[in-house]
Amino acid sequence: MTHHALISSRQTVVLLALGACALLAAPWLAYPAFMMKLLCFALLAGSLNLMVGYVGLLSFGHAMFFGSAAYATAHAMTTWNWGPALGVGFGVAIAALLGASTGLLAIRRAGIAFSMITLACAQLVYFVALRSPFTGGEDGIQNVPRGDLFGLLDLSDDMTLYYVIATAVVAAFWFIWRIVHSPFGQVLVAIRDNEPRAISLGYRVNRYKLLAFTLSAALAGLAGGLKVLVFQIATLTDVSWTTSGEALLMGIVGGLQTMLGPVVGAIVVVTMQNSLSAFAESLLILQGVVFVLVVLLFRRGIVGEINALVARRRQRPAP
Amino acid sequence: MPETLFGVPFAAFVGQLLVGLINGGFYALMSLGLAIIFGMLHVVNFAHGAQYMLGAFVAWGLLEYAGINYWWSLLLAPLIVGAVGIFLERTMLRRLYHLDHVYALLLTYGFALILEGSFRFKFGATGQPYANPISGGLDTDFAFLPWYRLWVIAASLTVCLLTWFTIERTKLGSYLRAATENPQLVRTFGINVPRMLMLTYGLGVGLAGFSGVMAAPIYQVSPLMGSNLIIVVFAVVVIGGMGSIVGSIVAGFGLGVIEGLTKVFFPEFAGIVVFLAMLITLAVRPNGLFGSTA
Repeated sequence: MTHHALISSRQTVVLLALGACALLAAPWLAYPAFMMKLLCFALLAGSLNLMVGYVGLLSFGHAMFFGSAAYATAHAMTTWNWGPALGVGFGVAIAALLGASTGLLAIRRAGIAFSMITLACAQLVYFVALRSPFTGGEDGIQNVPRGDLFGLLDLSDDMTLYYVIATAVVAAFWFIWRIVHSPFGQVLVAIRDNEPRAISLGYRVNRYKLLAFTLSAALAGLAGGLKVLVFQIATLTDVSWTTSGEALLMGIVGGLQTMLGPVVGAIVVVTMQNSLSAFAESLLILQGVVFVLVVLLFRRGIVGEINALVARRRQRPAP
Repeated sequence: MPETLFGVPFAAFVGQLLVGLINGGFYALMSLGLAIIFGMLHVVNFAHGAQYMLGAFVAWGLLEYAGINYWWSLLLAPLIVGAVGIFLERTMLRRLYHLDHVYALLLTYGFALILEGSFRFKFGATGQPYANPISGGLDTDFAFLPWYRLWVIAASLTVCLLTWFTIERTKLGSYLRAATENPQLVRTFGINVPRMLMLTYGLGVGLAGFSGVMAAPIYQVSPLMGSNLIIVVFAVVVIGGMGSIVGSIVAGFGLGVIEGLTKVFFPEFAGIVVFLAMLITLAVRPNGLFGSTA
């Protein structure tokens, strides 16, 4: 399932080194703002992939965690003058709390019902955000100060902020990798593949699902909080269902059940967004077409298809 | 006739009750279509909202370009929208039946994006007006009840009951239900199950198109009208019980009325009351009011 099993450890080291170089060099090659947006959305897609890819529950409401964390961070940093670390931490805590409470209801149903319940919960959060006095309604919370990280790093500099964001996102992906490859993660995969058997082995599957959902929500919240540092704004778009849909699109384009899939998917989708930013309707149509094509033609996603190709090569006897 | 009821003007109360029943009619028709499709195909038709919007636009287009009036549209538009649905089912959806159900959800979601994007590309986000086919209304001494709104309530209730009757009480309906339980067995009786699945999808989508035509004179015909409605309808479906015909009708009308009354008594909760009702239902009955333990 994971590329880990298919690629030798030496190749993994090479890949990781290449990835690190790319991350370090990126702000000189592309706009730092673009790169930071990419990283935030890659993390959002990665958090969703933890749920869809490894627990087998398709959440259609991850924007509620992303967006509520964005609002919480923006509110803490503007109104209460909290620093960036505390502000983002507050956002993550709010998202985790929201994840635990919605998860409690949603995980009682599996499959399609789970998707619809998460979507409806997200819409509830959207309406609350639309009506609450502190979210600023249609305007959102604007001009959020970036502040100094621990009083040492001035985040108003794009380059400094980029490396802070990159570090946070890499750490979060390392955390996801640790979750998936831990005994806990193996139980999650077992639940995904055969829930009755996991139950018969004595696992309390609902506790596992709830913990996974809460962790996934917290990670989506981290993405939302970091997004506020980058764009200095929290808006209704962050909590809207189109954001949930976009996160899902990144996941399936890149490949669910793979570590790198969400990153590759984010590169594709964010590039698409940026090149069509002036044509909202065309973007919608293009996203729809991509959804249809991926679902009909290559369901494993880009990374999944590459993995499958490598595996097939491996199986072929040497000439 | 009392002037006020629980501290609100009686006329406002009746007015919102009427609005609630109308919305309830749309919720019921939409969730009924979703329930039929889900019950037979195990597909959550995410494009349902877009197909509702398509129905309204077909009616608008027939009037604007061909001069075909509302009553003919009420017949033609569901057929056209249903045909588009059948095309989608035959060419794409059918290939996904053997896979995890989420793929069908994602496909129909993609289809909804394409439809909504295309109409926004052509018409922008603003609405097109559609003339009210029945003007005037019933002027009682407590409120003015427009004929068209009464017609919408009566028509949606009739169509819901007819659909329920067809599925639960006729031979065709029994084939449909049997094919849901055990498609292989029904096939051995010489019934063309794939064609039944296709027609079922067409019927469900046609109901969405029908709702769209009825909605056209009340709300403006706008590319956004479907996506605004579909998520509320999803919550209604969860409350009624996934795939339950009776559940979708009862929950549809019930929630419409509850939402209408919330507007009178607690206006700030009107947007979220359906979702709150969903959370409460899930806490008490995880499978919905009329859902089986499937």
